[in-house]
Amino acid sequence: MGFFERLKQSLVKTRNQLAEKIEGIIKLSAKIDEDTLEELEEVLISADIGVSASEKLLSNLKEKVKTEKIRLPEELKEALKEEIIKVFPAEKLEIVPPTIILVVGVNGVGKTTTIGKLAYKFKVQGKKVILAASDTFRAAAAEQLSIWGQRAGVDVVKHQEGSDPAAVLFDAIQAGKARRADIIICDTAGRLHTKKNLMEELKKLYRVSEKEYPEARIVSLLVLDATTGQNAIAQAKIFKEAVNLSGIVLTKLDGTAKGGVAVAIASELNLPVLFAGVGEGIDDLEEFDPKAFADAIL
Amino acid sequence: MAFEALTQKLEVVFKRLRGKGKLSEADVKQAMREIRLALLEADVNYKVVKDFVQKVTERAVGQEVMESLTPAQQVIKIVHDELIQLMGPKDTKLNFSQSKVSVFMMVGLQGSGKTTTCGKLGLYLSKVGKRPLLVAADIYRPAAIKQLQVVGEKVGLPVFTAGEQDPVAISKAALEHAHRHGNDVVIIDTAGRLHIDDELMEELERIKEAVTPNEILLVVDSMTGQDAVNVAETFHSRLHLTGLILTKLDGDARGGAALSIKAVTGCPIKFIGVGEKLTDLEPFYPDRMASRILGMGDVLSLIEKATSAIDQEKARQLEEKIRKEEFTLEDFLEQIKQVRKMGSLDQIMSMIPGFSPQKLQGVEFNEKELVHIEAIINSMTKEERRNPSIINGSRRRRIAMGSGTSVQDVNRLLKQFEQTRKLMKQLSDLEKGRKKGRFRLPFF
Ligand SMILES: Nc1nc2c(ncn2[C@@H]2O[C@H](COP(=O)(O)OP(=O)(O)OP(=O)(O)O)[C@@H](O)[C@H]2O)c(=O)[nH]1
Ligand SMILES: [Mg+2]
Repeated sequence: MGFFERLKQSLVKTRNQLAEKIEGIIKLSAKIDEDTLEELEEVLISADIGVSASEKLLSNLKEKVKTEKIRLPEELKEALKEEIIKVFPAEKLEIVPPTIILVVGVNGVGKTTTIGKLAYKFKVQGKKVILAASDTFRAAAAEQLSIWGQRAGVDVVKHQEGSDPAAVLFDAIQAGKARRADIIICDTAGRLHTKKNLMEELKKLYRVSEKEYPEARIVSLLVLDATTGQNAIAQAKIFKEAVNLSGIVLTKLDGTAKGGVAVAIASELNLPVLFAGVGEGIDDLEEFDPKAFADAIL
Repeated sequence: MAFEALTQKLEVVFKRLRGKGKLSEADVKQAMREIRLALLEADVNYKVVKDFVQKVTERAVGQEVMESLTPAQQVIKIVHDELIQLMGPKDTKLNFSQSKVSVFMMVGLQGSGKTTTCGKLGLYLSKVGKRPLLVAADIYRPAAIKQLQVVGEKVGLPVFTAGEQDPVAISKAALEHAHRHGNDVVIIDTAGRLHIDDELMEELERIKEAVTPNEILLVVDSMTGQDAVNVAETFHSRLHLTGLILTKLDGDARGGAALSIKAVTGCPIKFIGVGEKLTDLEPFYPDRMASRILGMGDVLSLIEKATSAIDQEKARQLEEKIRKEEFTLEDFLEQIKQVRKMGSLDQIMSMIPGFSPQKLQGVEFNEKELVHIEAIINSMTKEERRNPSIINGSRRRRIAMGSGTSVQDVNRLLKQFEQTRKLMKQLSDLEKGRKKGRFRLPFF
């Protein structure tokens, strides 16, 4: 069963108010008026899309209602979904070996778990993967990554707790070259985007990648927890500045949170969501599908 | 939306009102539209916002505008008061068992910060004379047990582990272990789980039944969005929480979740996590959180922190200088040294209203920079230190040479100095207002 089916199931299971509510709203309003739009705004906001992104979506929707002469509530819902889908840049992650993937984000969002899942995915595709345990800060972070490495059947380069994250990556790159790895995935310590010195440390990892492996493509992925609210926008902005983000991985979509803030981020920063995390198992990672995402919100 | 923006908008709304004695319904309604926006942007749940706005509107309509305040200030004061009411009262009391070993159980979603918080709470308790035992009951996440062991070692507390057997059995065994080893409180680190994961929620219920905790604390990430109510509601209905701990408040999230979960559970928020260090646990103050949600910055915390760390007499002299605008580069150097005693600059600056971290660029230092700054100031003449406006291009070059830095470094320092000067003035004005006992909001 695919993620988005499961997501829908969990929606049903938890009797999520959103899906039901919007059905209710739409059925009730025989014609589309300001009230309808206001209630739609509530649905969008309660999915964490945020006030300004919601307003933007709704003003586009209003235009559409006029130009396309939308009358039926069912059409309105589809039109709004289209607006949401349109926001996401249609980019996919293409791996051209050798590639270095830097995985970044604030504390506890699911970076290490996502790396385990990604490693497994690539490995199944027949790629050679090496993991770099550059989270040398959090207690037992390297052990955690090593366990994921074992599960995925890939090598992990690690140093002692407290050592230099850049030195770990450096070693992983040398190992990657020697063992002809296609992909090096670098785990980084969770850090709040507001900590200047830690963001500098992250930039250093990016520079090390450029310098030590000029032939490699660098892909920076921001991991976002779907339960996060509007603060995710600030996170995305600052991480983007620091390591030139390629895209987002939205995790914990197996909960009841919708991760709607990704809409605001995509529209403001033009960042694609590349993957969705849907559980704690090794294959609980799916390519992000904006259509199914919009279905889950509305 | 920053607090200044909110204030400005309200000022515009109330422009017409100036001179009128009472807040009319129409005026209040307009103001509430802005308040609603501010709360939603702070991630307060939309239903909670709706109720709140309605309640505050009722309270505000017809109120006499105080002499000392503009109508906009008056409305914000009402909103602020009401937020404090909702999130308070301050309550950091933890329930201990009189006769037996006390049991604290930490629960929450994945990644909310439970393990670190166990360590912080353990350290906090050991400082007040308790003998805590940390219990590793997260058998699911890879290396979670190891993580707690490392944390325990860092805070100098024993950690009970029993491999990856049933968490209920682990908890029971830990309690016995505590009895035998003279520990008077056990802190159980449970695995992170989704509130809709029936099986795992049931596991928590079984742990609860087996060890009858004195405290069941929900650990919540302060960055949580609208879903916070669903999470808190479910955990509360299944476990009867006794309190909440809000984590990662050292970031710049406005933390509206605090209001949402208090509103749906009624449980007190007891502590907040403000950093990755194991000492970074503080009591929850409703008034500070109210300011933060409104985007006002944590002015009161800052003032309190400043007054506890800075030498009182020096502080008084400094205030005097600031007020008379005699604050010089020499004082600046002294100030940087003092500020460093208070904690990380990030942490302090983030508490200042109007200082989004993006805006911080010009006023941040690291240790290395500090050495530079000292060198630069030491290369200035007395005259220059007292009156930096005379430092022209050639003086800048001389100072750069003398201190082994670049002209850009000197420029940057002078800019930082100007900014700090302004900041200090604002803070001192603010504190003056507070001492008079009058309600004052920053930057009006
Ligand atoms: N339900 C669910 N849980 C997840 C998902 N992804 C990660 N988690 C869980 O979230 C918790 C934190 O995950 P980690 O991978 O350790 O997060 P991290 O970002 O590496 O954390 P730090 O390194 O401590 O900053 C773990 O308990 C994971 O099992 C997901 O998609 N769904
Ligand atoms: Mg990690």
